[in-house]
Amino acid sequence: MAENRKYEIDPVTGSPIHPYSWDGIGELETPPPRWWVLTYAVCFLFAVGWWVAYPAWPYIAGYTKGVLGFSTRADVAEQIAAAKAAQAPMNDKLAALDYAAIAADPELMHFATAGGKALFGENCAQCHGSGAAGNVGYPNLLDDDWVWGGDYATLQTTIEHGVRSTVDADSRQSQMPAFGKDGILTREQVDDVGAYVLTLSGTAPADAAAADRGKAVFADNCVACHGDTGAGLRELGGPNLTDGIWLYSGDPKAVAAQIWNPRHGVMPAWAGRLDPLAIKKLVLYVHDLGGGE
Amino acid sequence: MTISTALSPGRMPDAPVAYRDDVVRWFMIAAVFWAVVGMLVGVVIAAQLTYPALNLGLPWTSFGRLRPVHTSGVIFAFGGSMLIGTSFYIVQRTCRARLFGGFAAEFVFWGYQAFIVMAALSYVLGGSQSKEYAEPEWYIDLWLAVVWVTYLVVFAGTIMKRKEPHIYVSLWYFLAFIITIAVLHIVNNLAIPVSFFGSKSYSLFSGVQDAMTQWWYGHNAVGFFLTAGFLGMMYYFVPKQAERPIWSYRLSIISFWSLIFVYIWAGPHHLHYTALPDWVQMLGMTFSVILWMPSWASMVNGIMTVSGRWDRLRTDPILRFMVVAVAFYGMSTFEGPLMSIRAVNGLSHYTDWTVGHVHSGALGWNAFISFGALYYLFPRLWGRKAMYSEPAIRLHFWLGTIGIVLYITAMWASGIMQGLMWRAYDSLGFLQYSFVETVAAMHPYYAIRAVGGLCFLSGTVIMAWNLWKTATAGEPVEAQPATPALQPAE
Repeated sequence: MAENRKYEIDPVTGSPIHPYSWDGIGELETPPPRWWVLTYAVCFLFAVGWWVAYPAWPYIAGYTKGVLGFSTRADVAEQIAAAKAAQAPMNDKLAALDYAAIAADPELMHFATAGGKALFGENCAQCHGSGAAGNVGYPNLLDDDWVWGGDYATLQTTIEHGVRSTVDADSRQSQMPAFGKDGILTREQVDDVGAYVLTLSGTAPADAAAADRGKAVFADNCVACHGDTGAGLRELGGPNLTDGIWLYSGDPKAVAAQIWNPRHGVMPAWAGRLDPLAIKKLVLYVHDLGGGE
Repeated sequence: MTISTALSPGRMPDAPVAYRDDVVRWFMIAAVFWAVVGMLVGVVIAAQLTYPALNLGLPWTSFGRLRPVHTSGVIFAFGGSMLIGTSFYIVQRTCRARLFGGFAAEFVFWGYQAFIVMAALSYVLGGSQSKEYAEPEWYIDLWLAVVWVTYLVVFAGTIMKRKEPHIYVSLWYFLAFIITIAVLHIVNNLAIPVSFFGSKSYSLFSGVQDAMTQWWYGHNAVGFFLTAGFLGMMYYFVPKQAERPIWSYRLSIISFWSLIFVYIWAGPHHLHYTALPDWVQMLGMTFSVILWMPSWASMVNGIMTVSGRWDRLRTDPILRFMVVAVAFYGMSTFEGPLMSIRAVNGLSHYTDWTVGHVHSGALGWNAFISFGALYYLFPRLWGRKAMYSEPAIRLHFWLGTIGIVLYITAMWASGIMQGLMWRAYDSLGFLQYSFVETVAAMHPYYAIRAVGGLCFLSGTVIMAWNLWKTATAGEPVEAQPATPALQPAE
C-alpha cells in the first residue's frame, strides 16, 4: 500500500481515492473481493476439468475427444436401445397375437392402450381432440357412430390408408354430390330434404309440410348411399342420419348447407409414417375408447 | 465530497464546452415513446397467448408478426434509443468535448428511427428473414449498417478530441458495444437477395453453420447490446445519482476485459442437444460458466458504489430503480450460466423458463436502469429542478417491481412444469403427456404473465406522463426561490 500513500483515503470504505475524475465521478482503488477472485478461479478450473473430460477444443484436423470418450449421439442411441429393450417383451407379444387374443389379456391390453394413448396424443389429437371427442368436422371417436365401421380390422384399414388421402390408392373414398351448387336440386328441395333428414333422428320439424315434401326428395336422391331408412351404408361411407350424431352440426342451416355444397374431410394415411405395431396399439386404444364393435 | 470536485492531475484548464443536448433530448423522447409502444405490443401478444382469439384472425395482428414488433420495439427501439442517447450525453461530459461530426448526430437519430419504422412495418406486412432478433430483410440491414457506422464515427470522434487524459469506464463499454454490434450485425445478416427489386433474401450460411452464426449473433446481442451498453449507462448514472465514486477501478478493468473476452464464446449454449458438434456445445457451455464472475464484477461494483448512501434507498426512488436494476442484473447473470449447463438446459430449453430468464434481465435490468437514467436526465435536459412528481416515481417503481415478480415467477413455474411434462414417461415407458396437454396446463400462468406485463406497462405510462409534465410544466432551474419569511425578533 506504500504507493497509495499519496492518495486520499475514502472515509466510508477505507479505500484509496484514484487521482482521476470524470464529470465529477471519482474512482476508488478497492481490490476485488476475495470471494469473487476465488469463485472466478473455481469456475475456470471447472472449465479446464470439463475440457479434459469431454470433447472441447478444435484443432486443424479434428477436436479433442476428452478422456471419458463421451458423445451425445452414442448417449442417445444407448438410451433409445435401453427403452426399446425394456418394452421388448410386451411389444413382441403384441406383435405375435391377434386383436381378440390381446383383448383377452388384461395386462397386455393395459400396455397396448397406454402406448396407444401416447401415440394418439402425438398424432391424432390435433384433429380428434386430446380426449378423442372430436369437433365440428372431426369425428368423435368415443361414440358408437362409425362411418366406415368400428371393428378391429376396419379401424386398422382406416388408420393405415386414411380417408380421401391423395397419396394412398387404397384410401377410403366417398363423395357426396353438391346437390344445390351443381343444380341437381332447387333451393326449396334442399331445404325440404334437410327438414326431412332432421326428422329421421326424431327431431320435431319446424315446418312439417316441408319435411313431408322432403321425404320424396330423399327417396329419389339420398337412399343410394344413406339407405332406405337413412341408417347409412358403410360399404359406401354413407353416414347414418338416424342417430342424432352430426359431423358438421345438426343445426337445420348446417344440414341444408351440407346438402347444398358438402364439405369432405381428409384423414392422412398412417401406414409408412407409423410402424405396424404402433398402428396396432392405436387400433386397440381407439376401439377401447367406448365405441368399438 | 472533495473527490467529486477534485481536478484530475494533467487535466487541462476548464473552458466552457457547449454540449450538444438537442440530439440527446430527441433520443430520450423517442425512447419513452418506443417503451410505451413496445411494451403495449408485449401485453397484446401475452394476451394472445392466453386467449388465441385475440389474434383476430388477421395476418397483420397475428402473434407471429407482432412478436418481432415487440422484441425489436423494446430491445432496438427503446433500448437502442436509450443507449445512443445516453452515450452521446455521457461521452461529451466525461470527455469534456462537444459531440463530433456536426450533422452526423442528427443523421444517426433520424436514420435510426427510420430503421425502426421500416423494420416494424415490414414485420406487420409479413417480411422477415426468420432470424430471431435479426428479422429485418437485407435492405433494412444495409441501412442500419450505414447508420451504425456513422454512430461509431460520431462517438469515437468525440473520444478522439477529449480534454480528459483518460477514457472513462462507461466509454469503454459503449465503444465495445458499438464495435461488436457492427461486426455481429454485418456478419449475421450476410445474405443473397432473391431478386434485385425484391425484398426477400436467403442467408449466406446454411444448416448448422447458419444456426451457429445466428446464435453467435443472438447471444452477443444480449452480451454487447443489453449488457455492455447498459453497463456503460450504469457506470455513469449510479455514481452520479448516489454521489459516490466508483467502488473499484481495478474491478472495472478486470470485469471489462474478461467480459469482452469471454462473452463472445458463449453462443453455442443456445444450441445444446442439436446437430451442433459436441465440442462446440461443450466449449460454449464452459465459457458461459466462466462468464459468471466477470458479469458479477459489475454488479459488485455497481452495488458497492452505493456504500455510504444506503439510507437514500428509502428517500430516493430514482436510486432505488438503479440499485434494483443492478440486483436483477446479478440475478439474471447467475441464472444464465446455470441454464447454459447442458443438464439444466435439457430441462429449460424451448420452455417458458427461457422467456422468464430473458424478462428478468430485460424488465429488471435493462428497463429499470433506463427508467433511472430517464428520471435523472429529464430534469437536467429540460432545465428543471426536479421531476414533476416524486410520488408518481414511487408508484412506477412498485408497479414495475410487482409486474416483474408476477412475470418471472409465472414463467419459472410454467417453464419448469412444461419441461417436466415433456419428459414425463409412465411406468410402461410411454410418454405421459401429449403436447397439447402441456399447452393447456400453461394457460393460468400465461394469464398471470399478461397481468404482470400490464402492471409493468402501466408503470411505464405513468413515467411517460411524469416526464412529459417535467419537461413542460416542471419548476425551472432559473426560478428564484421565494423570499424567505421574515424571522420574528427574539
